[in-house]
Amino acid sequence: MPQARLAVVSYVIVGMIGVLLIGFWKLQVIDSDKYSQWAERNRVRSIPVIAPRGRMLDRDGRVLVDNYPSFSVLLLRDDPALVAKNLPAIAEGLGLAINDLTDQLDNARNLPKFQPIIIKPEATKGDVAFIESHRSDIPLLEMLMVHRRRYIAGGFMSHASGYVGEVSEQQIEASDGKFRPGDFAGKSGLEHQYNDLLQGTDGMRRVIVNSVGKEVDRLPTQEAIPGKQIQLTIDYDLQQVAEQSLGPRDGAVVALDPRTGEVLAMVSHPAPDPNDFAVRITGKQWKQLNEDPGKPLLNRAIQAQLAPGSVFKIIMATAMLEDKIPPENFTTFCPGYATFYGRQFKCWVYWSKTGVRSHGTVDLRRAIEQSCDIFFYNVGMRLGIDRISYYAKSLGLGRRTGVDLPSEEPGLIPSEEWVQRVYHRKWYAGETISVAIGQGAVTVTPIQMARVIGGIAMGGIFKQPHLLKDAPNVGEERFQISEPTIQKVTDGMYGVVNEGGTAAKLKLAGIEFSGKSGTAQVINYDVRTRLGKAGEFKDNSWFVGYAPRRTPEIVVSVIVQGGGHGSEAAGPVVRDVIKAYYDKKNKKSDGQFTADQNQPDLTEPPPAVIQPAAALKQQGEILEQPAPAEADQRPQ
Amino acid sequence: MKDAPGTRDYDWWLIAILMAICTLGVIEIYSATHGSALAGMHNKQIRWLAVGFVLMFVLSRLDYHLILDQAWILYLIGVVALIAVLLVGHTRFGAKRWIPFLGEFLQVSEMAKLIIIIWLARFFAEVRTDELSLQDLMKAGLLIAVPLGLILKQPDLGTALVLVPVLVVGAFLAGLQWKHAAVIALIGLLLLPVGLHFLKPYQKERITSFLHPEGDPKGAGYQLLQSKIAVGSGGFWGKGFGNGSQNQLGYIPVRYSDFIMSAWAEEQGFKGVLLALGLYMALLLRLVQNAQRAKDRAGMFLVMGVAAALGFHVLVNVAMVIGAMPVTGIPLPLMSYGGSATLFVFLAIGLVMNVRLRRFVN
Repeated sequence: MPQARLAVVSYVIVGMIGVLLIGFWKLQVIDSDKYSQWAERNRVRSIPVIAPRGRMLDRDGRVLVDNYPSFSVLLLRDDPALVAKNLPAIAEGLGLAINDLTDQLDNARNLPKFQPIIIKPEATKGDVAFIESHRSDIPLLEMLMVHRRRYIAGGFMSHASGYVGEVSEQQIEASDGKFRPGDFAGKSGLEHQYNDLLQGTDGMRRVIVNSVGKEVDRLPTQEAIPGKQIQLTIDYDLQQVAEQSLGPRDGAVVALDPRTGEVLAMVSHPAPDPNDFAVRITGKQWKQLNEDPGKPLLNRAIQAQLAPGSVFKIIMATAMLEDKIPPENFTTFCPGYATFYGRQFKCWVYWSKTGVRSHGTVDLRRAIEQSCDIFFYNVGMRLGIDRISYYAKSLGLGRRTGVDLPSEEPGLIPSEEWVQRVYHRKWYAGETISVAIGQGAVTVTPIQMARVIGGIAMGGIFKQPHLLKDAPNVGEERFQISEPTIQKVTDGMYGVVNEGGTAAKLKLAGIEFSGKSGTAQVINYDVRTRLGKAGEFKDNSWFVGYAPRRTPEIVVSVIVQGGGHGSEAAGPVVRDVIKAYYDKKNKKSDGQFTADQNQPDLTEPPPAVIQPAAALKQQGEILEQPAPAEADQRPQ
Repeated sequence: MKDAPGTRDYDWWLIAILMAICTLGVIEIYSATHGSALAGMHNKQIRWLAVGFVLMFVLSRLDYHLILDQAWILYLIGVVALIAVLLVGHTRFGAKRWIPFLGEFLQVSEMAKLIIIIWLARFFAEVRTDELSLQDLMKAGLLIAVPLGLILKQPDLGTALVLVPVLVVGAFLAGLQWKHAAVIALIGLLLLPVGLHFLKPYQKERITSFLHPEGDPKGAGYQLLQSKIAVGSGGFWGKGFGNGSQNQLGYIPVRYSDFIMSAWAEEQGFKGVLLALGLYMALLLRLVQNAQRAKDRAGMFLVMGVAAALGFHVLVNVAMVIGAMPVTGIPLPLMSYGGSATLFVFLAIGLVMNVRLRRFVN
């Protein structure tokens, strides 16, 4: 019997070795790839090498948005026990709240452990000293060179340029693995629109570490690919004039070249300074910006949807002349008010400071120059809402211009169909009267007004506004407008400035400056008087001007919110920009202008920036990447 | 016993297998330690192996019947030594397992294993019936329980567990009855929760972390995971001598000792594992063959006791390396670095040799 049982033991031995071999086969052959990856993750610690974002240049090549180098503190999390042990010391050494640190670790707990997290985005001299002196006893901290965005101070052009920030969770999800938490990306404006161009590809510095996290060797560094620089159509000189001319008032300026659609200047005030969020914005600051009643984050140039007021009369005049309803020689007598459908409507002249309460008998030319409401009430009544709506929409209102900026608003052109759809009611004929002078439900954005007025003056050619210079496939719309119509409408707008019209004071010697003012009521004047709150509901001041009178080179649309009369608040801003445009043009043709004469100031050192010498030396190979060119511009 | 056996009678195949395995061990100990603070460990291992070889030959000359005659005395010495180690033993790594011996520390429980093998061989040899009676089985079990309990007390769960297969294989060969086996298995299963209750916290932790490795990334679960990564990343062909990152960078825990198979598998791949496990299989089958040819029951039980102990070591250690069993601290015979464990194996093989040398003698 023992012999038989010994044979059994032999089989058991063979079976046991066989089972063990199957176990090895599974690990070493079937799942080998998986474990090889894990071994590689163990072995290699990757520290990102952040690619600098591309700069933004103005049309003359001047730097408008730049980068500066800065250092972030990275926490290596491979060893949770070691992290937990050293956390209090790290918090104290870097001057961080321990709760903040644990929160950051919590947020990152779903990330792979080998991926370090940024615990302090902007290292101070003290931080660097702390990290250097504790390299051996706290082997968890690394310095990461990053490129921070630098914008021209004070919110200059900040709505157009936009700003960058840490990517949101939605962005990470939508990016298909391109973004990781803590990455920076454009959040608004051009930074967002052209993020793919501006953002480079981060590189990777790879080191071999042993099981206690000590660096034992280095692997070849994967270089960062810097983002592409983009040239804008913005003219720094004009932008500067526009910013200064609008000044502290709420409003917007859009200057276009209607021949090409190039945006020469885009201003929206109030403007936040994006340098403030270039590092990290706290939730509180962000909440404040969002809840500020002045709406500093709104790009009024493309997002403010406001009644255009009398500027709309140009669309009315075009519709009237094209449809011949009423015929072009139509005249009306303006007594300062008129009654339509049983309700009295007043002409602005009724409240004018001169005391004259009437425009007398007006024809189209005079109605444009004097902005006579009574004339256009009559035109509107005769045209009807559907014809008005047709022309307004055909000329580009009520829809986005397609400017290359995110979140543009479409404005609104009311129609019978619209009230039926939205309010489920019939259109009241009386509403047409308000629409005829750009009030009522009509809303437009400043960029739409620049495009539409410029396009009419161009003879019905509407170029898609854009900020990227040499942009491919710039859209173009053509709307058939007869030559006599264009002639009469542009003559009218020439008269507004040059022939005793509402903006006669804006006249510029030697320049065929034309345009149309608008004074848009925020609420009905009668209601306002009743409420006795004239100051709170001051009229929005519009002016859209261009030069020369036909085939203009520049069209400028300005709104000054609560600015009062169009030609008094908005008009001078338009005039300043157009004058600056011609001054520069003349200088250029005389050979006097060079872009160097007026360089953007990007030199102001952002707060708390240091360039730690030790860290620079330590990460020497990172710094060999193309350094941002601001070194040349800084005073040495 | 009358005339001394000649050198031709030694199992040279067994010795060749033994030396081959030892060579693999020394190579891997060198690879695992040469670049670290432990450099030179392979030389120490070679010294232990040399001592082991000498002891093996010495022990093989001494007739095993003489040894078996003293089984009860050896048993008592063993128990006393185990008690002594608990009282005056040297504590290392949190366990009281060592007593100083010739300038080194010896692990008493390793020697106790040997004594138990001898004692059980004598016990079962004296059972002359074809079927093992329940009474004898209980007697064997109880007498094993004493040293087993003392070893558990040190604590050294791994070594304590090795006694179990020695008993089981012995009983099986002595004619264990199926019904008894079934009843004992059932009782064992029922007592398992009670046994778990007596485990030390670190032992429980090893078992829980084996069952849920993700809950304990840095403890025993981490060790098993790192071992699996090392083995798996080795692939079929291995990363080459001295090139295993898991091994060289220290991710494999005690890579020169308990987890040496992990380091070997990483650097030599599946082909290396095939070689190593092939050698172990040859070793064990060679032992069984020696048992078959043993002159008497006592010799057969002696050899199979050794086979059971070594087989259990290989199974538990290698299964741990591939993450199929919890960490128990059982070294891989002849490959793992370690003085006491190496001496135990050589002395055990010395007993086997002893039996073989006397197979024709009467």
